[in-house]
Amino acid sequence: MNILKFFTAGSVDDGKSTLIGRLLYDTDSILADQLEALQASNRKNDDGTIDLAILTDGLRAEREQGITIDVAYKYFQTDKRKFIIADTPGHIQYTRNMVTGASTAKLAIILIDARNGVVEQTIRHSYLVSLLGIEHVVVCLNKMDMVGYSETVFNAITDKYKTLAGELKLKDVTFIPVSALKGDNVVNQSEHMTWYQGRSLLHFLESVDVETGAESDLARMPVQWVVRPQTEELHDYRGYAGRIVSGEFNVNDKVTVLPSGSSSVIERIEIFDQQPAVAYAGQSVTLHLKDNIDISRGDVLVNSDHLPQNSKAIEADVCWMDSRPLDESITYLLQHNSKVTKCKIREILYKVDINTLEKQDAYDFKLNDIGRVILKTADELAFDFYTENKANGAAILIDSRTNLTVAALMFRAVAD
Amino acid sequence: MSKYNLDYLDELEAEAIHILREVAGQFEKPALLFSGGKDSITLVRLAEKAFRPGKFPFPLVHIDTGHNFEETITYRDQMVERIGEKLIIGHVQESIDQGKVVEQTGKNASRNALQTVTLLDTIALHGFDACIGGARRDEEKARAKERIFSVRDEFGQWDPKRQRPELWNIYNGKIHKGENIRVFPISNWTELDVWNYIKREQIELPSIYFAHNRDVITRNGQLMAASPFLNMDDEDVVEHKKVRFRTVGDMSCTAAVESDADQLDDIIAEISASKISERGARMDDKVSEAAMEDRKKGGYF
Repeated sequence: MNILKFFTAGSVDDGKSTLIGRLLYDTDSILADQLEALQASNRKNDDGTIDLAILTDGLRAEREQGITIDVAYKYFQTDKRKFIIADTPGHIQYTRNMVTGASTAKLAIILIDARNGVVEQTIRHSYLVSLLGIEHVVVCLNKMDMVGYSETVFNAITDKYKTLAGELKLKDVTFIPVSALKGDNVVNQSEHMTWYQGRSLLHFLESVDVETGAESDLARMPVQWVVRPQTEELHDYRGYAGRIVSGEFNVNDKVTVLPSGSSSVIERIEIFDQQPAVAYAGQSVTLHLKDNIDISRGDVLVNSDHLPQNSKAIEADVCWMDSRPLDESITYLLQHNSKVTKCKIREILYKVDINTLEKQDAYDFKLNDIGRVILKTADELAFDFYTENKANGAAILIDSRTNLTVAALMFRAVAD
Repeated sequence: MSKYNLDYLDELEAEAIHILREVAGQFEKPALLFSGGKDSITLVRLAEKAFRPGKFPFPLVHIDTGHNFEETITYRDQMVERIGEKLIIGHVQESIDQGKVVEQTGKNASRNALQTVTLLDTIALHGFDACIGGARRDEEKARAKERIFSVRDEFGQWDPKRQRPELWNIYNGKIHKGENIRVFPISNWTELDVWNYIKREQIELPSIYFAHNRDVITRNGQLMAASPFLNMDDEDVVEHKKVRFRTVGDMSCTAAVESDADQLDDIIAEISASKISERGARMDDKVSEAAMEDRKKGGYF
């Protein structure tokens, strides 16, 4: 059994809370205290059924109190798979929360109200999905019950969305007509839409392929910690501990250490008391090299045949996440996996109007703004382009005055 | 190009090890908060996987209310002996003796709330800049929103409004003087995941997690272990029941559930049945109690 992390883009108006509530309820995944609240509540739908949106009431209460609406994580499982939902708010002022929730997701659910079709918000959410490079997209056309479960409506909206998906180069898009309120095609196949031959949403989530082999040539392991017991019997033990972020490492593979550029061969792979011949992306391991070279936290071990970029000037997409605007005059800290280096924004190239996708000249860069910049770092960074290897192509920016994480960065090109 | 899928327990384990190693790499004086409960026992196992054959780059810290189950303390001392790591104990009794906190009185008196003061004093005394804890996001709604690296001000407070965005698997551990970070490596684990991991790893637990015969009284609908730490009066009826504990904490605030589950498999079956129960009009009392306990446990943090 494996885990699928997905996030939901949409707002309460689209029926997002109801959809998540329906997934949890119909898979018997409601926690005791929530079930209590559900049963005690007087809130009912018009037809007397319980209002499943209550299950995500945490978010609603936040909104009523006017405090920050945030990412909430929810967990459920079926016989086939475990699921982690990053439940993020969909309105434009919460763009940064969506980016946060989307950053670790393998799949995005985009909700469209079947009565309204593709709207500004749909474009914005789809753009963020494309920006973050999410592998799988499920477009749920919700509230099908309110358009008479019409196939014609479904086809018209999917045609329109396909044009958008093409423009945004979305990879794998699946359309499912649902009614979260009535339960059609969420967990159980709908009786009202026999024209729809595809899988229900849950069935799709259970079966979508989420293997981690896509970047397997690009073996990368940022060193987090050097294990040195320094005891008598383990006097020469020197293990480089880290999590393989992409690709695979085999014993006897030639590896290069960046940024120094020195190279060696993998002598042994350890995962606690196991010594496998190969280790894969996602695994936390300890590597031993044949040669005694200087390696410390922040260095990256990579496959010598497939080296990453190694540069101090990088073109990156940026999503600004702080209430203090971007300041080209100050020095930030850039954190890329286990590496931290000083960083300045050399130039703002443009900003994107995320409702229309138009590129605009930018004179400032504020909370929730997205666009492209050129970064200048103090140390060389061993990175891949985000489109080729997300795990080694992203970083965060930290404001050392406040220590806050102020931006998400996705590396797109080497700058001059 | 090979396809590779990590099993869910392997993935959760690898994520937790990555987080523990980030703590080691980013902080000067981290600590692992150890309660003797299954979640912190799991953390110790994960730390062994992260740092062996080296030493842990942090001590274990136990905030001792003095109202312990004897079985937990025995377990703790044997475990520390086995792993050969340093244990620091902060005593709630000392905070009481120093007049920093006042012991509660009355029938429902407990030292649960007092331990926060002892914890903060212990953090300040040793200058810990990061405290690793075993809280999970599935425990309650508020926890569902907390970060894996969660900043606390010098009063130990968590401010949901000032949370840093946490992107990809990159953890920002930068803090100002006086602040510290609580780190939750098993944030993404559910209660059932923890039990399944304990089974897979054959991790030993304090015996009170398994069904055993015990004198109990019923307080506010919950079964409490009869002990000198509980203010009992004539109204309390002591009964002898077969029970087990789903969480382990202070004797005066940890409730038992009636159970025959004396094996890991039985416990896992019991939890699977209660958390993913047949929904409907009937509410399972046991589940409700567990949820309440879970919330109390959250208060520790």
